[in-house]
Amino acid sequence: MIWASWDAFWAMGGYGPYVWGSYGVVLLCIAIEIFSARAAQRASVHSVRTMQEETDHDATS
Amino acid sequence: MENFKIRWFHWAAPQTFYPLAGRLWPVFGLIAAVLAVAGLYLGFFVAPTDFQQGEGYRIIFVHVPVSWMSMVIYLAMAFWAFLGFTFNTRLSGMMTQALAPTGAMFTFLSLWTGALWGKPMWGAWWVWDARLTSELILFFLYMGYIALTSAIDDPRRADRAGGLLALVGAVNVPIIYFSVKWWNTLHQGASVSVTKGSSMAQTMLWAMLLMALALWAYSIAMALYRVRSIILVRERHTQWAQEVDA
Amino acid sequence: MSAVAAVLQRDLRLAMRRKSEVLTAVFFFVVVASLFPLAIGPEPDMLRKIAPGILWVGALLASLLSLARLFAADYQDGTLEQMALSPTPMPLLVAAKVLAHWLLSGLPLALLSPVLALQFDLDSATMWVLFSSLLLGTALLSFLGAVGAALTLGVRGGEVLLSLLVLPLYIPALVFGSGAVEAQMVGMGYGAQMSILTAMLVVAAFFGPWACALALRIALE
Repeated sequence: MIWASWDAFWAMGGYGPYVWGSYGVVLLCIAIEIFSARAAQRASVHSVRTMQEETDHDATS
Repeated sequence: MENFKIRWFHWAAPQTFYPLAGRLWPVFGLIAAVLAVAGLYLGFFVAPTDFQQGEGYRIIFVHVPVSWMSMVIYLAMAFWAFLGFTFNTRLSGMMTQALAPTGAMFTFLSLWTGALWGKPMWGAWWVWDARLTSELILFFLYMGYIALTSAIDDPRRADRAGGLLALVGAVNVPIIYFSVKWWNTLHQGASVSVTKGSSMAQTMLWAMLLMALALWAYSIAMALYRVRSIILVRERHTQWAQEVDA
Repeated sequence: MSAVAAVLQRDLRLAMRRKSEVLTAVFFFVVVASLFPLAIGPEPDMLRKIAPGILWVGALLASLLSLARLFAADYQDGTLEQMALSPTPMPLLVAAKVLAHWLLSGLPLALLSPVLALQFDLDSATMWVLFSSLLLGTALLSFLGAVGAALTLGVRGGEVLLSLLVLPLYIPALVFGSGAVEAQMVGMGYGAQMSILTAMLVVAAFFGPWACALALRIALE
């Protein structure tokens, strides 16, 4: 371990805001991307189901 | 040879690619997570303090990888676009579209982390050096691709127009980089160098490499996951799509 | 070859019937060039220094204005389909249209630039470099812009989208074009910049119509 303490780790020798500001935004963007990709997949599945119901309805009516 | 071609085109059909992508993306996601943990551990708990830049230099463990990936993904998009025009496969256009948002995100992150790295080091949130300026232009190219493909309603036309734009952009990227570099040296602008004034310790290089590979695996996982949504929407009128378990 | 000449003649004749469109772009250039001194201040030394950049960016934006219309009218009345079906190779017909566009927008801008250079107190040698760089540069812009115009044909919000697509591709032309003028101003040689500009124009003239024809076929399907 190269850090004297956890406090020193978070402080990053005075550069804390910059370092954690960078990594934080990276993590945030990745999280947003994963979240929106999953939402898109749910929407896609929903649109397939809707199309399925329509064709079933057309077939049986 | 014919056998090989038939097998390859078999996987290029959306119907077969959908389950394949479904099996592959978790694998790449796991690889990404493992590599990221290793890279971050190396970068934060093993790599020494930089003599010149103190602890602030540790931003490069994300800044350089996202910059590299933003360029690699654009090349991958151009590659898929080229495949699409050569073999006229529908999947190629879908893959290009699936890659774009991740690439644009990495370009944005490159600019953001670059600014946060530059401010404490060189005193300004932005400097017009060749690499940062080229990254900014790359961001414009991504935005243009996404805007064009979103604006065109017909998916096939969107794929092909976007593909052509990606190819034209890819051809232009070296020209743009060269002209920006020339412009920068002529005006004696700032030159921000990752390794300027300090020799990179082995551990630093390894951490950067591991993070870059982690992001590469992440990009593949994300593209494979995203292309499945695109396939489903495009193929929703087919029987196989309606029978799929999703 | 006669088909190429016919397309060129037709475009020129149609534009002459609506001269206002040609003049609008030219006046836009004049207005934009005047905006910068108003925004920044009238100091002659500073204005002289930033003149190459301002005039080049102004010409660039002005030539963007007429780009959206390059294929739109032909697309709507079916002429474009006829061009695609004709025995003459599409890239040649596209090159004719691009040449017409340059004659109607780029060339007037280049011809006007020495007059605007007077507003910035540039000497005659610099004016000459400005004129020649814009002559080559606007032609390059026409070839590059045509590809963008073809890609956004009939698309919602096409005009603004066109600018977003095409401006990043214009950057090398801008860098070397204004760079040539600046080099002349500080007494250094502008040969390298002009050579590169010429080389880019040749490449764009060769590959641009081909990419443009492909984009048009994509739009026509």
